[in-house]
Formats: sequence, structure tokens, C-alpha cells
Amino acid sequence: MTCSEQPLRVLVVDDEEALGLGVRRILDPLRVPAGEAHQEAALEVRIARSGEEALEALKDFPADLLLLDYKLPGIDGLEVLRRISGNGGGPMAIMITAYASLETAVKATKMGSYDFLAKPFTPEELRYVVRKAAEHILLRRHAQQLAAEKRRIRFEFLSVLAHELKAPLDAVEGYLDILVEKAPGENARMLGRCQERITGMKRLILDLLDLTRIESGEKNRDIKSLDLVGVLRRGVETQLPRAGKKGVRIEVDAPAALEFRADEGEMDIIFNNLLSNAVKYNAPGGRVAVALRRGPEGVELRVADTGIGITAVDQAKLFKEFVRIRNAQTSGIPGSGLGLSTVRKLAMLYGGDVSVESAAGQGSTFTVHLREAAAAPVSGVRA
Amino acid sequence: MMKKANILVVDDDKDILEQLVAVLTAAGHDVVTAEGEVQAEERLIDARPDLAIVDVMMENQDSGFMLSHKIKKLYPGTPVIILSSVSSMTGFKFPLEAGGDKPWIKADSFLNKPVRPELLRSEVKRLLAGMPARA
Repeated sequence: MTCSEQPLRVLVVDDEEALGLGVRRILDPLRVPAGEAHQEAALEVRIARSGEEALEALKDFPADLLLLDYKLPGIDGLEVLRRISGNGGGPMAIMITAYASLETAVKATKMGSYDFLAKPFTPEELRYVVRKAAEHILLRRHAQQLAAEKRRIRFEFLSVLAHELKAPLDAVEGYLDILVEKAPGENARMLGRCQERITGMKRLILDLLDLTRIESGEKNRDIKSLDLVGVLRRGVETQLPRAGKKGVRIEVDAPAALEFRADEGEMDIIFNNLLSNAVKYNAPGGRVAVALRRGPEGVELRVADTGIGITAVDQAKLFKEFVRIRNAQTSGIPGSGLGLSTVRKLAMLYGGDVSVESAAGQGSTFTVHLREAAAAPVSGVRA
Repeated sequence: MMKKANILVVDDDKDILEQLVAVLTAAGHDVVTAEGEVQAEERLIDARPDLAIVDVMMENQDSGFMLSHKIKKLYPGTPVIILSSVSSMTGFKFPLEAGGDKPWIKADSFLNKPVRPELLRSEVKRLLAGMPARA
């Protein structure tokens, strides 16, 4: 048997020093079979003597499993459980309690506790409960690794596919450019339509590539402090020609500057997608109101339009890939159906999300919340 | 009056090659074509191009860069335009347009495919104008 699997990190939280040390003595030599045959994971055990100490320890010891005493000095075990269950992907918890009442059990389970250990327990009971939880954690870990691998393969396949799809379009576009330049004559309109359809198809391919790149984590992120108002201004300027043609007015409510740590390209994608939709699906002579401000936990971007609006049924599927709301009003509007799904994936990358408020014929308001990106590079998007 | 030049055009897509030839000959240039890195190297000696236009991805992902490097070694004064498809940049870990410390990329201009005829002509004209007189 080999220990090629990464060790499982266990944090024991108990104010009785003897108990913590005892648990560590029992768990240190324990090996848990990992998903692959002949592979095992070892346990790395640390001890915290209060809830506060545990929360502090978790900052640089990202535990997979918590052995958590219910009764602690200061904040109790349930409170620790409550605080760590807020951020998804946190450690799995086993409650240790001398008061193994049903009430405690129900409360802890609701908070996300995986199992219980009633004090006093035998070494065998401890090993059994920990082994069961550890197997569960390893399975989850493998599922995540497989999912990440799947995303990476999908991205590689799609980037090759994108190139192969784009090359013939480039060739056709090249001939069209020459024809248009030579003598368009009476065919000018039709040649122009050919060029527009090709541009749309290429946009679709590049959107697809953007999307898969983001979800695969393959995108090179350049996180730095930037002025979001500048990004917004650029986005609005891009939309001005089309807005002008439709008589749509764009109003911006933003501070003079808003410093934010993020990848500029990703911010461009979010801002451009929402602004472009607000113009595209607006009524002629309509209005787009953009508001950018610092919120309690990051920034908030609101883009409101006076366009065709979205029914509640359509709102439910709006952020899925390749979803385009098809009705009489949208039939003439080109789009890939990838924009909003990309916006959502990006917003989630920044610990936020995007939401919509709308009703048919009443216009739509999209709100994006973003938190500042951490200084450390993100290796991938979590499932 | 525009200078008539001898231009080497390299692309593994015959249609793109035909389009580049059409645009450049219409502008009065002589054009030598090659359908890949290897063929271009063979033709490079006799062709003695005043300017070269090369695609990035041909036999290899970096064929265009390798070729550009060799052209610059053989004919230091010859400007090179690299053509790239935006989607092919996926494989690169740097933005082509950005400057900075990339001494191994020897090219004078980067254009995205497909190149608009007028942009190609103006870029060729600009680079030929800056070209030192041939010995």
C-alpha cells in the first residue's frame, strides 16, 4: 500500500487537552483507503482548544474534517459549525458531545454536521466514525478532480474545434472582402448580409471559447487593482453607436473612480455583455440606466433597460448556456445565448452572482455583485 | 508612388494565400507563395523577399515565429508581418500585440485574420517605406 493520496487534514476542537492528545494518538497511525486501488491517505491532525482558536487555525490549516466538541469555552461548537458552513466547500464536521440529546443532534445536523461521537468514546468508535467520514471526503475529492479534468478536456477540445471552425470562415470572409471592394454593385446588400452572418458566427465561436476557458480555469488571470469606472466608460462608449441608431439614451450613475482588484478582461466581458443586451433588447427611443457603486461586500453594478422585458418563466432559464429567449420581439436580434451564462460564471468567480428583475414589456434590471479577487491566483472554478 | 516589392507570402490555407496574392498583386507587387514553414524555407534563398507575410499556425503551432526568426537571420532588413487567428492565440501565454521582453519573437507587425485588404496594403506600404535601401 502506498500513501500517494494527499493527507486528510483533521482539526480536533476540544478544551480538554488530554482528549485532544488522545484523539491525535489514535488517528495519527490511521490510514484510509483512497478511491484508487492500493492507495491510502494518511491523517494530519491538529488541535484547537476553543472555537475561536479553531476558526483562526482554519485560516492556514484548511481542514477536511473537524472533530468538534459541542461544549466549548467562548463560542460553542454549534456556533463554529454555523460560521464555517457559510462558505461552501468547508470542512466536514463530526460533533463530539457528552450531552447526546436528540435536540442537539437535530440542531447540529441542520447546521451541516455529518456525524456524532458521544463522550466517552472508545478508540474503536473514534476510528470507525473518522474512517467513515474520511471515505466520504475522499470520494468527494475524487469527484471534484474528475470534474476539473472533464472541464479541462472540454476546453482543449473546444479550443481546437474553435480554430478549425474559424479557419474556413476566415477564408470565406477574405473572399467577401475582396468582392465587396472590387465591384459590389447590385449584390452589395447580399454581400453585406454574408459578412454580417459570418461576423455573428465568429462571435459565437469566440464566446464559446471564452466560456469554456473561464470554467476550465485555463484562462490566464491578471488580477490587479483597476478603476471600474474606466471599464464602465469604455463599455458605454462601445455601445454608443448602436444606441445612437436606436435612439437609446444611456445614463450613468457612478463615482468619479472605483478601485477594485480584478482581471480587466473579465470585467470587460461582464460590463460589455450587460450593456450590449440593454441596448440590443431595448425599445427604440428607450433608456439604459447604469449604476455602479461600492456595496457592503464589494461592488454592485445595475443595468436597467426599458426594453421588451422577460417573463418569469424565461427568467428561470436565462443564465443557462445557449439559452436565447425566442419570441416575436427577439427573432431579429442576433446573439449566441452565451453572454449571460458567461456573466454568471464570472460573477461567481468573484464570489458574487447576477440576478434579474423583470416583467414582459416592463424592461429588465440586471444586478451583478462582485467581491474583490484574492491576491493569489485562482487555479480553477469550483464545481 | 508606391514602391514595387518582392513579397513572400506563407500560409497553409490555399484560399487565404490566393486572397493575399490578389490583394498584393493588385497593389503592383510581385508575390512568391509558400504553403508552409518547410516550403517557405526552401524558397527563401532564391526569393530574396523585400517583405514577408507569414501565418502563425502551420505545420507547428509556432511555425510563423520560427520562420520569422529565420527570415530575420538571413535578411535582417526584411520586415515580417505575422498573421494570426484570434482563436489560435489560446495556446499562447502572452498577448501578441503587447510589447515587452520577448526578444525571440522577431516580427514587425501582427495582424489578425482575416486582414481587410486596405489594412494589409497600408501596413505593407508603411513597412516598405521604412525599409533601408538594399545593398
